[in-house]
Amino acid sequence: METIQVESIDKGFIATVERESGQQVAQCYQCGNCTAGCPLTFAFDIPVHQIMRLLQVGQKDRVLRSHAIWLCATCETCTTRCPREIDVARVMDVLRILSRRAGTVSEQGVRAFYDSFLDSVKSHGRLYELGVIMKYNLQTKRPFTDAALGPKLLGKGKIHLLPGTIKGAGAVKEIFKRFAHKRRNEG
Amino acid sequence: MRIGVFVCHCGTNIGGMVDSHQVAEAAKQFPHVVYATDYLYTCSEPGQLQIQTAIKEQSLDGVVVAACSPRMHENTFRRTIERAGLNRYMFDMANIREHCSWIGEDKEANTRKATELVRMAVAKVANHAHLHSSLFDVNKRVLVLGGGVAGMQAALDCADGGLDVILVEKKTSVGGRMAQLDKTFPTVDCSICILGPKMVDVAQHDKIKLYTYAEIDEIKGYVGNYTAKIRKKAPYVDWTKCTGCGLCMEKCPSKQSFDYHNEGIAVTTAINIPFPQAIPKKAKIDPAYCRQFTKGKCGVCAKVCPVKAINYEMEDEIVTEEVGAIIVATGYGLLDIGELGEYGAGRYPDVITGIQYERMLNASGPTQGHVQRPSDGEEPKRVVFISCAGSRDASLGRPYCSNFCCMYIAKQAILTKDHVPGVEVYVFYIDIRSPGKGYEEFTRRAQEEYGVQYIRGRVSRVFPQGKRMMVKGVDTLLGAQMEIEADLVVLGTAATAAPGAQELAEKLRISYDGYGFYMESHPKLRPVETNTSGVFLAGACQGPKDIPASVGQGSAAASKVLALFSKDQLASDPQIALVNERRCIGCFKCQDTCPFGAIEERELRDGQKVAHVIETVCQGCGLCTSTCPPGAIQLQQCTDNQIIAEVEALCQAWKQRS
Amino acid sequence: MKAKRYAYYPGCSQHGTAAEYEVSARAVADKLGITLVEVEDWSCCGSTPAHTVDHVLYGALAARNLALAEQMKLDTMVTPCPSCLIALKSARVMAQDKEHLQELRELIDLPLKGTIEVKSLLQVIFEDIGLEALTAKVKQPLTGLTFAPYYGCILTRPPQLAQFDDAENPVSMDKIIAAVGANAPDFPFKTECCGAAFGLAKRQIVQTLSAKVLAAAEAIAADAIVVACPLCHQNLDLRQEQVNAFRGARSRMPVWYITQVVGLALGFSPHEMGLDKHAVASDAILAKWETHLKEHAQ
Ligand SMILES: Cc1cc2nc3c(=O)[nH]c(=O)nc-3n(C[C@H](O)[C@H](O)[C@H](O)COP(=O)(O)OP(=O)(O)OC[C@H]3O[C@@H](n4cnc5c(N)ncnc54)[C@H](O)[C@@H]3O)c2cc1C
Ligand code: SF4
Ligand code: SF4
Ligand code: SF4
Ligand code: SF4
Repeated sequence: METIQVESIDKGFIATVERESGQQVAQCYQCGNCTAGCPLTFAFDIPVHQIMRLLQVGQKDRVLRSHAIWLCATCETCTTRCPREIDVARVMDVLRILSRRAGTVSEQGVRAFYDSFLDSVKSHGRLYELGVIMKYNLQTKRPFTDAALGPKLLGKGKIHLLPGTIKGAGAVKEIFKRFAHKRRNEG
Repeated sequence: MRIGVFVCHCGTNIGGMVDSHQVAEAAKQFPHVVYATDYLYTCSEPGQLQIQTAIKEQSLDGVVVAACSPRMHENTFRRTIERAGLNRYMFDMANIREHCSWIGEDKEANTRKATELVRMAVAKVANHAHLHSSLFDVNKRVLVLGGGVAGMQAALDCADGGLDVILVEKKTSVGGRMAQLDKTFPTVDCSICILGPKMVDVAQHDKIKLYTYAEIDEIKGYVGNYTAKIRKKAPYVDWTKCTGCGLCMEKCPSKQSFDYHNEGIAVTTAINIPFPQAIPKKAKIDPAYCRQFTKGKCGVCAKVCPVKAINYEMEDEIVTEEVGAIIVATGYGLLDIGELGEYGAGRYPDVITGIQYERMLNASGPTQGHVQRPSDGEEPKRVVFISCAGSRDASLGRPYCSNFCCMYIAKQAILTKDHVPGVEVYVFYIDIRSPGKGYEEFTRRAQEEYGVQYIRGRVSRVFPQGKRMMVKGVDTLLGAQMEIEADLVVLGTAATAAPGAQELAEKLRISYDGYGFYMESHPKLRPVETNTSGVFLAGACQGPKDIPASVGQGSAAASKVLALFSKDQLASDPQIALVNERRCIGCFKCQDTCPFGAIEERELRDGQKVAHVIETVCQGCGLCTSTCPPGAIQLQQCTDNQIIAEVEALCQAWKQRS
Repeated sequence: MKAKRYAYYPGCSQHGTAAEYEVSARAVADKLGITLVEVEDWSCCGSTPAHTVDHVLYGALAARNLALAEQMKLDTMVTPCPSCLIALKSARVMAQDKEHLQELRELIDLPLKGTIEVKSLLQVIFEDIGLEALTAKVKQPLTGLTFAPYYGCILTRPPQLAQFDDAENPVSMDKIIAAVGANAPDFPFKTECCGAAFGLAKRQIVQTLSAKVLAAAEAIAADAIVVACPLCHQNLDLRQEQVNAFRGARSRMPVWYITQVVGLALGFSPHEMGLDKHAVASDAILAKWETHLKEHAQ
């Protein structure tokens, strides 16, 4: 096991996480309740209480490269039961955002799905389910993911072959635009 | 008037953020000040000597000390000047620590504020009058509230010291929580075996008058002379006749009554004696279950009682007792399991609390000491303990540690191993808190000798899985989830303030913290005193604590009372309200506002009625002075004139600055 | 009784994979005297994907809909989808902060107050209509059927945001099920996670978690699982075959929306409630119900 040098404690990173999440990481007393209840622990590379611990000692890289932050389902179990009243799910959310920013996203597939989803919303104002699946499959080069589900949906008229675009699609696109502009201005 | 000013540095406590020397120099210019100096620790012996020397050499007749809070050292300095021959009330303190150096971050501004505080204090002392206390008689009887181990210890120590003791206990028997326990850590000796003799002593001591099934309705008075109205609740059994034979319990048809002593893991009869060793051993009817009360007919117990003790018409009785001091030992409560939704909130019979388990382990408990699942009576093969259930939990508003659960969980884990051959025992913990004598060794023994598995981590949820309970926890040391299918789950539920603790505190006029535990006068130096003189604390009512600590406090509180009662008379505090009879218009607004009932009517020779303050009852709160329309009633040492003088001094300071 | 009017936000799934939720929701609302006025030109709430990008963007996508609803001069906005619910509620909380409110207004370029109340359709049925009124309208009680009420993660969590029912042991669906004459035994997995939106990108997560929910429902001998969430439905129904392949099971467990349960009891036919739109057929449970009704009639 590696030795953690105290010099590696990235105080600036701790401050960023605290500012963006509104949570104080020092409040965590490492009881492990979050990990105990987290339904995704089985899939995590780092259990959520250890994410919290790594945050306390400012291990930016390990945290932002972890798979756990991208496998978190935002189920809110950790937040609901944390005895220190930390909004842990919110912290995980902020870490995802930071890992996007840092370019250290470990789960490209998950990211690709979220991006396809948002792209669909951006172009049509609403979610176009089939479009998301197709786009996702293209991006991840797995053309037949969930193809078997198609007939189940199509046959029951539950999925549309063409996107239905709303009147306000333009307005939604504008939101994305203004947002991108705003973030660019903020640097 | 010749006033001396002494400015303290309190090491760097004040000196670091206030220039004490500069304050003293400035004070030299204030009216009446003839001497001013600063010193590193004014409360130290040389510091006090410096004051006394100055009083003599400078012929001072008033003293101002600028230092910490008067709560800390007002009395110290009063004694200092008294010993140098001054009237002890010719003194005032300027708080330049808590009100200044500890809170302000700008040393220059702090120094200015400190100077202003001193200036005000000087102006006030310049208007001080010599006050003299009068002596009043002390009623050397003591009231002890709560008959748990702490209260019993206090009562016995007081009684052995020759005092008359009134012991009031809410339940029908004394003993408190300890009477419910099976064994006690860390020696694992039988709880009732060591407690029983004390209970008997309490009952038989000729200096102790015992009221059980009783509570306080009202407390009036002041140190040395309290009057307590005690409500003796109606047990519907004449205790002068009841012999505790228990025949009524055998015949009572209402057999599904809630069993408080057994914490609901068993049922009892509507008429019951809570446990065989109860003291006094008297029966009581629980009207919530008694058929005579709920259905209007039954009367079985009245028929079978050989001494005709049953009386369904009985009513509460109020008795009055006069005492000089009060020891509060009302203990603690336990968290309602319903608050723990993730552990089933009491919906699953095989998830129980530590105190319920204690009853189950007890040989005279409802299972005769056999460990069994409440759901089907089977002996468990796997028992899981969950520590800190509701404690250290800010989300439930209880961020504090309940102090004794780590230890009793270790005890119960060991007892489980003793009672059930081959049983597996797991303990989920966040930290093992075992700082007492022999405690760490005890929790080690549980693991090393008895093979109890300790798992470091909290449990997130408990839910039924077939016949068993699934415990979903974590081993944080391994970073892995830990799932255990258990037969029985025991929660170390949080200790809370005793039910009704706040209401009692209001009656006693003592303070309590945010959780309802009573506040001691000083967390280190006055642990069993309260801020109400003559009222003392003992045991878990002040905060969760184990038996050794509770007993220790019981004895400590008793020794405080014995010391207080070593004098036949006490000196009253003369800093009380006083009526200027010539100005009083007899409106008696003051009488309505006084929370202590200290104001009475007095008829002057010309027949006019005026207000009069009963010296010993007045607590000097000053409420009356702000209500009196003509300003006839004045708080000594805090008169309108003095307050105006202080304000003027402050304005002067501001005028000079601008 | 005067119909209660609500601004209605269906959410994207209602127009796609959850079409039968939409149909049943509208039918039931109508029968219960709830008028759902659809928010005109509503757009996607942003859901989980948006808050992995930015909280302000997430807030803005939902806030556009709050703003549109506010123009309708109704005091409550209702949505059947828990994911939309949490997005709309989060945006509402965000709007309580002055600075954020300004930010949101600028992004959506619409007037926004952030005052409109947001509730789930379940909450409206449970609290605003109430069990008593519901029971009074039951035409064909679902006697003899046992349902596993499955709330999923976010309908009542986190409690500070949800402000509805109990986070650890929600009972609103249990009580509704009981009110329409069916059984809802204690379902220990009622708030466990089904795998959420990972169906596409991380199928194994959905398989692992949904497998546990299905097994738990079987353990309490449920005839069907009842949900109030399109995503839960997708994982448990549409993907049931995948999940079953993964867990090596063959059983078929119908998954119904709570609105379908209520709708049947209010007198709608299975077809009207879209029960034939599910991947897992409901034939067996419907047959069982029919037998019970017949026995009852005799
Ligand atoms: C499961 C469990 C196991 C434990 N095991 C151990 C152990 O092994 N060893 C150990 O050292 N400690 C143990 N403890 C802790 C122990 O119970 C306490 O230390 C002890 O009971 C404190 O004594 P007390 O007299 O302060 O309070 P209590 O025992 O609570 O007694 C207070 C008494 O005051 C009465 N009372 C309350 N309010 C009023 C009122 N308004 N008027 C009149 N009377 C009132 C109550 O009825 C009660 O009789 C255990 C605690 C629990 C919960
Ligand atoms: S539950 Fe809260 S306190 Fe406990 S480890 Fe997780 S974040 Fe820390
Ligand atoms: S919100 Fe994420 S980290 Fe928290 S319990 Fe759910 S999946 Fe785990
Ligand atoms: S009168 Fe009440 S207490 Fe007496 S036997 Fe009947 S039920 Fe029991
Ligand atoms: S004593 Fe132990 S179990 Fe009890 S609250 Fe404190 S740490 Fe938790």
